[in-house]
Amino acid sequence: MTLTIDQVTKKFGAHTAVNQLSLTIPEKTMFGFLGANGAGKTTTFRMMLGLIDASAGAITWNGEKIGYHNSSQVGYLPEERGLYPKMKVKEQVVYLARLRGMDRKKAETELEYWLKRFNVPEYENKRVEELSKGNQQKIQFIAAILHKPELIILDEPFSGLDPVNVELLKDAVRDIQRQGATIIFSSHRMEHVEELCESLCIIHKGSPVLHGKLKEIKRSFGKKNLLIDSEMDLSYLSSFKGVVKIKERVEGVTLQIENEEISQAILEDIQGKGFIRRFSLEEPSLNDIFIEKAGASFE
Amino acid sequence: MNRFGLILSKTYMQKLKSKSFLITTILFALAIVVGTNFQSIAGLFNSDEGDEEKWEVVVHDENGAVASALEQQIVFVNEQISITPSEEAPSDLEEQVEEGEYDALLTVMLLESGKLEATYFSDSLTSDQYSSDLQIAMQTIQSNLAASELNLSADELATLNMPVAFNHESFTDGAKSAEELDEARGLVYILIFVIYMSVLIYSMMIATEVATEKSSRVMEILVSSVPPIQQIFAKILGVGLLGLTQLALWAAVGFASIQLSSDSFEGGIYSLFDFSGNSVGTIVYGIIFFLLGYFLFAALAAFLGSLVSRTEDLQQMLMPVNLLIVAGAMLAFFGLANPEGTLITITSYIPFFSPLVMFTRVGMLNLPMWEPLLAIGLTLLTIFIIGWFGAKVYRGGVLMYGNSSSFKDLKKALILSKKEK
Repeated sequence: MTLTIDQVTKKFGAHTAVNQLSLTIPEKTMFGFLGANGAGKTTTFRMMLGLIDASAGAITWNGEKIGYHNSSQVGYLPEERGLYPKMKVKEQVVYLARLRGMDRKKAETELEYWLKRFNVPEYENKRVEELSKGNQQKIQFIAAILHKPELIILDEPFSGLDPVNVELLKDAVRDIQRQGATIIFSSHRMEHVEELCESLCIIHKGSPVLHGKLKEIKRSFGKKNLLIDSEMDLSYLSSFKGVVKIKERVEGVTLQIENEEISQAILEDIQGKGFIRRFSLEEPSLNDIFIEKAGASFE
Repeated sequence: MNRFGLILSKTYMQKLKSKSFLITTILFALAIVVGTNFQSIAGLFNSDEGDEEKWEVVVHDENGAVASALEQQIVFVNEQISITPSEEAPSDLEEQVEEGEYDALLTVMLLESGKLEATYFSDSLTSDQYSSDLQIAMQTIQSNLAASELNLSADELATLNMPVAFNHESFTDGAKSAEELDEARGLVYILIFVIYMSVLIYSMMIATEVATEKSSRVMEILVSSVPPIQQIFAKILGVGLLGLTQLALWAAVGFASIQLSSDSFEGGIYSLFDFSGNSVGTIVYGIIFFLLGYFLFAALAAFLGSLVSRTEDLQQMLMPVNLLIVAGAMLAFFGLANPEGTLITITSYIPFFSPLVMFTRVGMLNLPMWEPLLAIGLTLLTIFIIGWFGAKVYRGGVLMYGNSSSFKDLKKALILSKKEK
């Protein structure tokens, strides 16, 4: 039950949206799909779902193409949120679940469970247009997973939610994955991906730049972060050998260094020069990796 | 239930329960009841004050004989007119008419040649009918006077006044007689109007439905669950059933209303609804052509609806389609007067006009069977082509969002939905 993307290319006329993308997403894992705006994430998702055809290459789920014959096994939360504004939550979600092959009775019980879990049981008979945006998103999420799909594709599931709701949704996603679903999601928020995903892929302008398990990616990235909190002026460290980047903070500086060893050299250098409140060596954040790999401005 | 059935029943039930649908259905049903009972309703207002409503004409007659003859004669022509002979001078009477004592003044003179000469004074514009009725009555009086001069017997007089037997028949067997044509025209007229309105309204409904799903972005979920072609046809069928429900309801109301009111009244518009063999045929054709027209334009509207991103742009996109429907209706109404015209004959085979124009011809003329069948076949073919092409466009169109709503998007949508390899 793996999702295999094999040498997939999608061209819109002269523009190449996705270029030679190859991925293997093992079953029952949580997979993060990262990329800057316009990198080709949504196009890839649409190809996975069979909404648009790839110009070259193939995408298979469990050995066969995803299409209307197995849409009951697939759940999709589109980036462009959308529900019928005039329809009541219950009518609507049950209708969408039935379109994906779920039984009406079962859909109703499941919906009740999820509305309770998301602390909004009173919305059952409200029209969608009466709900706030964040609450609409919860409903949309429920609509994507209600029919217990084996493969769930979530395009930016956490955007536009407050921290409390993000936690609710994260817990839900984790639970669903534990129950055996394969979940692919894209996000702009690196900390969400770091927290949830075992493996991930970063694509940039349609091409994959990084792909693998989160731990390995971090290890192979090599560079580390060094946090120094001190009163003294540390800006001279920018020209220190092995320092890639320096970012000043109120409390001190954050350095990106080429490898662990550099930190010891810096420690020796600054020792005795002033009062050091903190000196800590940290793993690079996914955010750093992303900025380096996907380049340019982000968020 | 399979997905097709689900979408169909959802479309049907949701529209059926919507307030706007209920309101239009009820309002139009009321209009039908009022329309079919118009004579009874008008009668309610008239019957009470009928006597007072008489058109009072004061007649000044030099020798007096004509006025009394007119008094007797006018009853046969128009009961509403009341005649009051008067000896007063015409100028005095004229004043009285102006003051409103009488509605009109008629001065009559019998010339020596036996000719009657009359002058009618009235300041009311609605009295045209009365003056011509008076004229008819006077004509009869003059004939009778002349007859009595000639000492004609009663039989001879009857012969003189015998009405002409004037029948209108056509050379070809196929053509309907003038009487039949008039009968057919009423029914065909009403059915053309119904087909025209319902095709316009229901295809608009489809386009709005698609555009709403797209602008609310629920489309992406739908299109990933159910194939576009199933969606299109389920929607079209759902709204089509809704249309049939509405029309059947109205037809039932109309029929019941006519049945109830025709006990008390004869003639009028009911003569148009003589449910004889001809009318039944016309109605069956009406239903067939309604369905054809509906499916044709609904399929067209559905895929055009998939090209717009916002419902606001829909009107602009549908303009050409609406023009086609309106043009078809114009041709059909024109065809009512002249069903054998070349223009009508030719356009009746053009699929976009067939539903209305061929229906007009079928209703008005006795066409050989193959003619409507050919038009039906051509229209069916067009429906399939549009449905097939529309589904292709729809697949890409629903994923496409942008500002423009031009036909350039058509190409873009086709590229987006292209099957590669």
